[in-house]
Amino acid sequence: MISSAQPAADSGTGDKGGVEPLLSIRSIIKRFGSTTVLRDVSLDVASGELLTILGESGSGKTTLLRLIAGFEQPDGGEIYMAGERLDHLPPYRRRVNTVFQHYALFPHLSVFENVAYGLRVRKVNRQEIPKRVEQALALVKMTEFTRRAPAQLSGGQQQRIALARALVNQPKLLLLDEPLSALDANLRRQMQLELKSLQREVGISFVFVTHDQEEAMALSDRIALLRSGQLEQVAAPREIYNRPATAYTARFIGQTNLLRGRVENGLAQCGTLQWPWGAPDGPAAFSVRPESIRLCDPAAATNRNSVRFRAAIRNQTFGGHTDVLEVACPDSRVLLVRIASRGNLAGECDFEFDAGDAIPVKD
Amino acid sequence: MRAPATYHRPRWLLLQTVAVFAFLYLPILVLVVYSFNGESVGGFPPRGWTMRWYRILLDDNALWSAVGNSLIVAAAAMFLALVFGLPAALALDRASFPGKALFRRLVLLPLILPGIITGLSLLMLFVTAGMKLSLLTITLGHGTALISVATTEIFAGLRKMDRVQEEASLDLGATNWQTFWRITIPNLRLAIIGAGLLIFTLSMDEIAVSFFLIGRDNTLPLEIWSRLRRGITPEINAVSSIIFLFSLGMILVWYRLRRRRGEERPELAELVPLKQ
Amino acid sequence: MYSRAYKTAVAAPPLVWVAVFLLAPYGFLLCYSFWTVSQQALVHQWNLGNYRQLLDNSMYPTVLFRSMRIAGSVTVLSLVLSFPLAYYLSFHSRKKELLYQLVIIPLWVSYLVRAYAWKTILGSDGVLNTLLQYVGVTRHPVEFLLYSPFAVVLTLTHIYTPFAFLPIYASMEHIPRNFVEAAQDLGAGPMRTFWTVIFPLSLPGALAGATFAFVLSLGDFLAPLLIGGPSGIMISNVVVSLFGAAYNWPLGAAISASLLLLVLALLFLVERIEKRLSFT
Repeated sequence: MISSAQPAADSGTGDKGGVEPLLSIRSIIKRFGSTTVLRDVSLDVASGELLTILGESGSGKTTLLRLIAGFEQPDGGEIYMAGERLDHLPPYRRRVNTVFQHYALFPHLSVFENVAYGLRVRKVNRQEIPKRVEQALALVKMTEFTRRAPAQLSGGQQQRIALARALVNQPKLLLLDEPLSALDANLRRQMQLELKSLQREVGISFVFVTHDQEEAMALSDRIALLRSGQLEQVAAPREIYNRPATAYTARFIGQTNLLRGRVENGLAQCGTLQWPWGAPDGPAAFSVRPESIRLCDPAAATNRNSVRFRAAIRNQTFGGHTDVLEVACPDSRVLLVRIASRGNLAGECDFEFDAGDAIPVKD
Repeated sequence: MRAPATYHRPRWLLLQTVAVFAFLYLPILVLVVYSFNGESVGGFPPRGWTMRWYRILLDDNALWSAVGNSLIVAAAAMFLALVFGLPAALALDRASFPGKALFRRLVLLPLILPGIITGLSLLMLFVTAGMKLSLLTITLGHGTALISVATTEIFAGLRKMDRVQEEASLDLGATNWQTFWRITIPNLRLAIIGAGLLIFTLSMDEIAVSFFLIGRDNTLPLEIWSRLRRGITPEINAVSSIIFLFSLGMILVWYRLRRRRGEERPELAELVPLKQ
Repeated sequence: MYSRAYKTAVAAPPLVWVAVFLLAPYGFLLCYSFWTVSQQALVHQWNLGNYRQLLDNSMYPTVLFRSMRIAGSVTVLSLVLSFPLAYYLSFHSRKKELLYQLVIIPLWVSYLVRAYAWKTILGSDGVLNTLLQYVGVTRHPVEFLLYSPFAVVLTLTHIYTPFAFLPIYASMEHIPRNFVEAAQDLGAGPMRTFWTVIFPLSLPGALAGATFAFVLSLGDFLAPLLIGGPSGIMISNVVVSLFGAAYNWPLGAAISASLLLLVLALLFLVERIEKRLSFT
């Protein structure tokens, strides 16, 4: 597993350490006019993995995807696939296929013809085509729709056809540009699961672009967090959630409490909170996830590694299985606490968290 | 932000484009060049540079009175076309009534019909009604032919407009009539002006319909036409060049107007009568 | 949102205008075609004589077919010229707005000016002939350039190419750019992308443009009069002379009515085809 301690451009090789990565993006620079959208981005994609490029709008994630697909040319750096130079090839010669954000199904062709398009273009044997189209449609569970026109399908159905159209060509790499953003919440969740199992079944590497961090965590083998054109952190979902490298990562993925303070003489001190911390003296920042903080009984025994504090409850948001409390500490710091849902709380309460749950992050 | 969609441009496509532009513009440029030609005939190469033909134009009274007639007719036709075209566009956009499809087709028909049919049918109307042919009949003819243009342009403007504004106005207490004048018309200002300019220019150029409805007074195109039948003189080159410059001016004004309002891509809105 | 009464009030004036100045005149046109002329005077005698004459006298079908051939040539040439032009502007050009304006400008320039320009160019003493002789390509003026069907086709193509261009360009602009990317993603090069994606989706526009060019060329009488000569006479010229020197309004009306019906039938057909071709 790669170390996510450095947030910068350093990429990881895949889980199968030592094996040649399928796609190798090296020091890519991309400018549009006077704006530099991608600065020195390097990333490897392993065979068979589902990698998500995650970022806000404007982070450059779509640009990166388009560079891999071939619709843009890098201003610096190179892209290699299976050891060969990729960025010199036009899109129609790359063994890469894309599922577009708004599907881009051809309205003048039937579903069958849409899916068969890539096969016909590459002059696949005529007898073969119906079989392969059938197989691709079976993968996405749309076999009864061959004769329909795209306009007659719902958004979710069009998306599956777009998938089939790409997969039927057996690309080495599949790119997905925010394919679920146009779907409503329930359908989205369902499609996430289906995409994940589809990728497992097909075994092709998927590179998925999204701004939705929950989606990224649900789907990916690894997440590459992009911020203003640079990679902030590249790691597996659990790793990136539990050990965020930077304050940005900690905030972007899930919710967190960012505690800023100092380390002095083996103690970390953030306002009135302090706990033993073995790092050299200096300013420090820590990320504490709301679910790491719990209500406690002030009378119960304490140990060196637990941090206790008393705070007033300002707000309680019901979230189904959990509640999120907004609590105000005596030093007027406001923290978020996530607890199992219970009745309304009020007034002041005692809270505690383990020192081990305070993750150091770069600010 | 994004580059043009395809990967590279084929060379021959560029050549073809240049060739088509040359085809469209060379004849007009030849015309302008030869309006300064010293010799009376259009031989190559042009000899001698002279402003003689333009000077003759200035004294040509018959021509100027024809220009005056054309201006009057164009202004009147523009007024008529807009006054009838605006409600027609509104009706097509918002109302539903029996025979609407037929109405739509009829209104747009003169756009695609050859001028001879429009002209002749109107001629028969006027003759049957006992009207003498004059500038009035020509105006009515232009108006009829050009209502289609007004309707099309204003209809496109209505389509672009967000209905929500009118709903907001009603919500805030304005009546239908007030909303129409305070919200709808200002939003259509651009479309109306654009339509007006276009109609004016088309009327100044109009010859096919006018051909059959002409009385004693000539419009400019018909005046030029009658001289053409007699023979070519470079004076006609000079007139044509001026008309060309005038048209150029009009389209620049029209374009700047639409540009100023922040329109992404000004289009000669849907000159396709069938697609609505 | 607007009341019924309001909407009726709005629709009424144009309805009246359309009835008086479009429907009624077409009606009169039709009526005239069933009357006849005797000793320079109109006779309101209802008969089918005019139509019979159109079918019996072989001149009329001949001129009509020649007109259709000319109109057909103009249409084909206009499409050939405007299709690649529209494609270039829409998909390859970085200055498409400027170029678009440049294509439109000739539309605003008078028909007469443009036809006249060709007259000066194509004549025996015209620019083209003298240029060819000057350069040494030919030694005598090339005759067929002027006063021939060739001249009519050339001039009308010049005039109607921008007309054909507009709807083709409009429909190409409506094609989402990601269709092109999708086609290339799936392996289609630029040519293949054009023929399998761009071309089919711009057919409705091409159809509209072709209809414009064909119908307007078919009914044109000015170009033939200016530069067509005796061999370039078109059907509308016959009508013009029937309303002029060869005074026979009913016969002229019959031809016009037939032309009108032909055009309406064509428009109806085109509308049907267009529905089939339009996929969005």
